[in-house]
Amino acid sequence: MGNDQSTMVAPDELLARFDARTAAGDAIEAKDWMPDAYRKHLVRQMSQHAHSEVIGMQPEGNWVTRAPSLRAKQILLAKIQDEGGHGLYLYSAAETLGISRDEMIHQLHSGKAKYSNIFNYPTLNWADIGAIGWLVDGAAIVNQVSLQRTSYGPYSRAMVRICKEESFHQRQGYEIMTYMMRGTAEQREMAQDAMNRWWWPSLMMFGPHDGDSPHSADAFKWKIKRHTNDELRQKFIDKTVPQAELIGLKVPDADLKWNEEKQSYTYGKINWDEFHRVINGNGPCNKQRMEHHIKVHNDGAWVREAATAYKNKQNAQKTNLN
Amino acid sequence: MATDTQLDTWEVFMQAKAGANFIHQGSVHASDGKMALQNARDTYTRRSEGTSIWVVPTTAIVASDPADADMLYDPANDKIYRLPTFYTMPEGAKQI
Amino acid sequence: MTREEALFKYTLRLGDNALILSQRLSEWCSYGPILEEDLAMTNFALDLIGRAQAFLGYAAQLEGIGNTEDTLAFRRSERQYYNNQIAELPNGDFGHTMVRQLFISSFEQLLFSQLRNSKDETIAAVAAKTLKEVKYHASHAGDWVIRLGDGTDESSRRVQQAVNAIWPYTAEQFEMDEVDSLLVAEGIAVDLQSLYADWKNHIAAVFAEAKIAMPGECYMQTGSRQGIHTEHLGHLLSEMQYLQRAYPDAKW
Repeated sequence: MGNDQSTMVAPDELLARFDARTAAGDAIEAKDWMPDAYRKHLVRQMSQHAHSEVIGMQPEGNWVTRAPSLRAKQILLAKIQDEGGHGLYLYSAAETLGISRDEMIHQLHSGKAKYSNIFNYPTLNWADIGAIGWLVDGAAIVNQVSLQRTSYGPYSRAMVRICKEESFHQRQGYEIMTYMMRGTAEQREMAQDAMNRWWWPSLMMFGPHDGDSPHSADAFKWKIKRHTNDELRQKFIDKTVPQAELIGLKVPDADLKWNEEKQSYTYGKINWDEFHRVINGNGPCNKQRMEHHIKVHNDGAWVREAATAYKNKQNAQKTNLN
Repeated sequence: MATDTQLDTWEVFMQAKAGANFIHQGSVHASDGKMALQNARDTYTRRSEGTSIWVVPTTAIVASDPADADMLYDPANDKIYRLPTFYTMPEGAKQI
Repeated sequence: MTREEALFKYTLRLGDNALILSQRLSEWCSYGPILEEDLAMTNFALDLIGRAQAFLGYAAQLEGIGNTEDTLAFRRSERQYYNNQIAELPNGDFGHTMVRQLFISSFEQLLFSQLRNSKDETIAAVAAKTLKEVKYHASHAGDWVIRLGDGTDESSRRVQQAVNAIWPYTAEQFEMDEVDSLLVAEGIAVDLQSLYADWKNHIAAVFAEAKIAMPGECYMQTGSRQGIHTEHLGHLLSEMQYLQRAYPDAKW
């Protein structure tokens, strides 16, 4: 019973069936046969995504205790909690592929797994919280909406849930920016300063230009990814520039121009040297973010050990009673 | 100590409103059932999505093998006599 | 003291307790021992901010001199806060926070269960909502104190230390002053002294299961009814009030 497909069917036949299923738009589930490369790509992408949500709690958490009103504190806290929840959904989805959360955390700490580069930048004034919600979450949502139809079922279901919950994040960020642009001269200055610092890193979030993207070919064939980096980046720019203009923020790009014919914006050169420098560990906050995560993980070890020890004692007691 | 420092995993099923089916939501980590319930509540009902939760240790789930799908599920396909539309009722028959 | 003055002070105290503890709990954001606990502690902080908004908003209305929930939260100085000192104690480790949470939320469960019947409708309504929240906080904290108390040698030692350190701040929760007596007589407030026996029994039951020793007789800290606090509160406030104080003309 339980014919193991891998022993009954030739490997290239399995692969052909898999390719046909993903091409037809079928969802793949945890127990389905899948090529190693598919599994690996998913683990890499999903754990990176989960780590990003969790590391992303740090720059925003930096302002929780200094939020300027009870409402602002409440909203920010709820939003950061969502990010934690989204990290949890994604770890949970990645675990269906046979990797444990513990292992994913080890990979993060050893540098084997990455997280989004954007969180290696510091939050320096309150408007940065607005900029993260509006620009960073705005960029993330463009990507996440596209991933709702990704071929791996657990990933797709996590993304559907995440997109539903993220819808308020971008709005709260834009609301902060709007309030600040309507406020005092100092507030407007803070808002423009945040815009200047977060705009380009937000564009980098979509990854290298399509010609330079290393992991793409299989990801498209198997419908893990459904839109290219440049398509998504363009979409983000086209919807965000008018929002900036509406509240009087200047986009810090001298080459930004509306292209009537393409019905979209052309934009200046992205500084890929900076992108690679930060990815390779030399951003303003790389070390700080990782040290924070490692320290918290280590500081919490005694709590997790105690919970496990308590469970073992309770189980032993139950066994003795039987 | 166990090498895994993230406690055990539990599958979470939630009922959106009284009378509805319990639907799988995802998983949480916890060392015991009570903690698993609390964690599921804090993770999956932040927007009042549920009124009742089940948590089950992930290791207790037995899943069918996709390779057995033809053996397990295809035989039901031709048992159309299980469907009410299979039967012809005389003209004028009511409430049946 | 008039009934109105007493009601303002009483409401302010209820608001300050929620406000200051929410600030402490929000410091846990991204510091939880496991992701799930990060979410849980954020939930408690959110419940408490909601409660602070309700009570401080009501206090501002009672005061009637143009304050709002936010000016009350962010524009007062140390001596004008009336929260119990236990709420402002630094978080310490996770065990420390859970012990503080157990002491506070077990008290609040008893408090709000009676305040539901307050003759002041606003207080009664907020209390009814709050009771559901603090029941969960108390149960969550109690479960953790038991797990940690009866977990490993290290966790048991840490929890016992936390209990010994925080215990002297527990009695203040039950202190009564003129505000309380006046409002108890009106059927608005709760006789706090009458809650103590139930509170202590509950704590004793949790400690017994957690194999934690109940601290003996000791000096109990006091002062918050007169706005006397630990040195910690000033630092908490200077962080919390930073933007409101640095940019007094700004709206956020």
